[in-house]
Amino acid sequence: MKKIGKQTIKFDTPPTILECSSIVGPKEAQGPLAKYFDQTLEDEFWGEKSWEKAESKIIKEATNMVIAKSGISSQDIDCVFAGDLLNQCISSSFGLREINIPFFGVFGACSTFVESLSLGAIATESFAKHVLCATSSHFCSAEKQFRFPLELGNQRPPSSQWTVTGSGAAILSKDGNGPYITHITPGKIVDMGIKDGNNMGAAMAPAFSDTLITHFTDTGRSPSYYDAIISGDLGHIGKDIAIDIAKSKGYNIKSNYNDCRSSYF
Amino acid sequence: MDPLETKKGYQDYVDKKSPNSKILKNCFNAFWVGGLICTIGQVILNICKERGFDTQTSGTIVSILLIGISAFLTGLNLFNKIGKFAGAGSLIPITGFANSIVSPAMEYKSEGYVMGVGGKMFTVAGPVLVFGISASILVGIIFLIFNTQSVTLV
Amino acid sequence: MDINWANVFNISSLLKCFLVGGIICIIGQILIDKTKLTPARILVIFVTTGAVLGGLGIYKYLVDFAGAGATVPLTGFGYNLANGAIEAVKENGLVGAFTGGVKAAAGGIAAAIFFGYLAALISKPKMKKQ
Repeated sequence: MKKIGKQTIKFDTPPTILECSSIVGPKEAQGPLAKYFDQTLEDEFWGEKSWEKAESKIIKEATNMVIAKSGISSQDIDCVFAGDLLNQCISSSFGLREINIPFFGVFGACSTFVESLSLGAIATESFAKHVLCATSSHFCSAEKQFRFPLELGNQRPPSSQWTVTGSGAAILSKDGNGPYITHITPGKIVDMGIKDGNNMGAAMAPAFSDTLITHFTDTGRSPSYYDAIISGDLGHIGKDIAIDIAKSKGYNIKSNYNDCRSSYF
Repeated sequence: MDPLETKKGYQDYVDKKSPNSKILKNCFNAFWVGGLICTIGQVILNICKERGFDTQTSGTIVSILLIGISAFLTGLNLFNKIGKFAGAGSLIPITGFANSIVSPAMEYKSEGYVMGVGGKMFTVAGPVLVFGISASILVGIIFLIFNTQSVTLV
Repeated sequence: MDINWANVFNISSLLKCFLVGGIICIIGQILIDKTKLTPARILVIFVTTGAVLGGLGIYKYLVDFAGAGATVPLTGFGYNLANGAIEAVKENGLVGAFTGGVKAAAGGIAAAIFFGYLAALISKPKMKKQ
C-alpha cells in the first residue's frame, strides 16, 4: 500500500470483494434496480415498533445474509466497519450487537458505505484477513431526524432527495480472485455554500467532481479508462452539475458516468 | 466557464439548473383549498351566530372544530396528501397549525407517551406560539403606553 | 332554536370570505415557492404579521370585511392574540398584556394540544408514497 499523487492510495495486494448482499424497502423494490436486490420488504416497519428498530433489523439481516452467502464463519471475520445516518450510529450499533465481531463505527453520511469499504480495504493490508463492511439508512427515520414529521402537510420541492430505505453489506478478503479494490481516492470536504437542505445534490456535486478529477490526475487515467463511473447519491440535478463541472475542467464523463440516486427510483 | 469559480457564481448556476416549483398551479390550488377551508369556517361561524353565540365565542368554536377536523385527517394519514396538493392552502389556515402539532405527536409516539408525544408535540408549532404570544404581549404593552391603536403609531 | 339558513349561506359573505382566505394562502404559497423558508418559519411570519397588524388596528377592517376569511388563516390567530391583549389591557392594565392574548386564543391552543394527543394515541404515521 502506498500513496500516489496528491491523495490516492494504491494497494500492492488489492483486496477482493468476496460477497455482498442488499435488502431494500418497498419503494426501492418498485425501481429499475429491483431485480438486483437480495431481498425487498413489503413495509417500512418490518414487524418492528419503530423505524429505528426496523433499520437495525435491516442491517442485521443484511450482514447475516452476506456472511451466510460467503460461507466464511463469522469467527474468521477480523472486524466490521459499519455506520448509518442516525445519531450515534444507533442502527448499526444495535443491529450488530449480537454479531460478536470487533466493531468500528463509521459516519460519512451518504459516503458511509464507500468509507467503510475504504477503511476495510486498508485493514486487509495490515492485520485483517476478512473484513465486513455495512451501512443502512431508512427514509422514515432519516426524515424524522433531519427534516419534518411524515404526516406534516408540506410540499417537497422538485429538487429534494429521497433517502433509501435499505442496507448493503460486503465482505472484503485479503486474497481472492476479484473484483478488486485497487485504488482509493478519499475526497476533501468541498463546501460551495449551498444552504438549501432540499437541494443536497447541488451541495455535494462539487466535492464529488473534485475527488473524481483528483483521482484522474493522481492515477494518470482518463474517464474513458473506466467502464463505469458511479457516484453515490447526487440525484438528477447533482449528476448534471457534476458532468458540467468535469467538462469545465476538461474531462468528458457524460458517456460512462451514472448516479445511484438517479437510478434507484 | 467554470461554475466553481466563486460561491456566488455557483449559487446562481445551481439556481438556473434546479427545476422551479410550478408556482402558478401551486398558487391556484392554494387559493381554492385555502378559500374553501375559510368558507367552511364562515359557515360554522354563521351557524354559531344564528344560535346566539357572541362573535368571540363563535370564532373560538370555529377554531376548535377546524382543528379537530385537521387532527382527525392527520390521524387518518390524509392531511399530508392534502398538504402536498394544496401547499399553503392547508398550511396557512388554522388547519396547518393543528397539523403541525399533531404530526410530530404521532411521529414521536415510538419514543413514549410522555417525552415522545408530550415533549415533541411542539417541535414545529412551538415557534408559532412563542412568537405569537410574545408579539401579543408587546402589542398590549405598547397599547398601555401610547393608549392608542391608531396607524399613526408607525 | 330555528336557524335561518339564508343567513348561514349568505352568498356575498361567503364569497368575500373565500376570496380573502384564498388570497392570504396565495401569499403563503409564493413564500413557499420563491423563498427557502421552512413551513415553521412561514407560520411564524404569518402569526407575527397578524399580531402586528392587529395591534395597529388595521387587521380589524379585514376581519369586518371577510369574517372567517381573515380569522381562519394564521394571521387571524395572531390578530386574535393581539386583540385579546389590548382588550385585557383596557380592563386590567399591564397584567392584561400577559393574560389577554392567551385567554383569547385558549380554545384553539387547548384543542390543538388535546386533539393532537388523542390522534397520536390512536394512529401511527405512515410512509409517504411520493
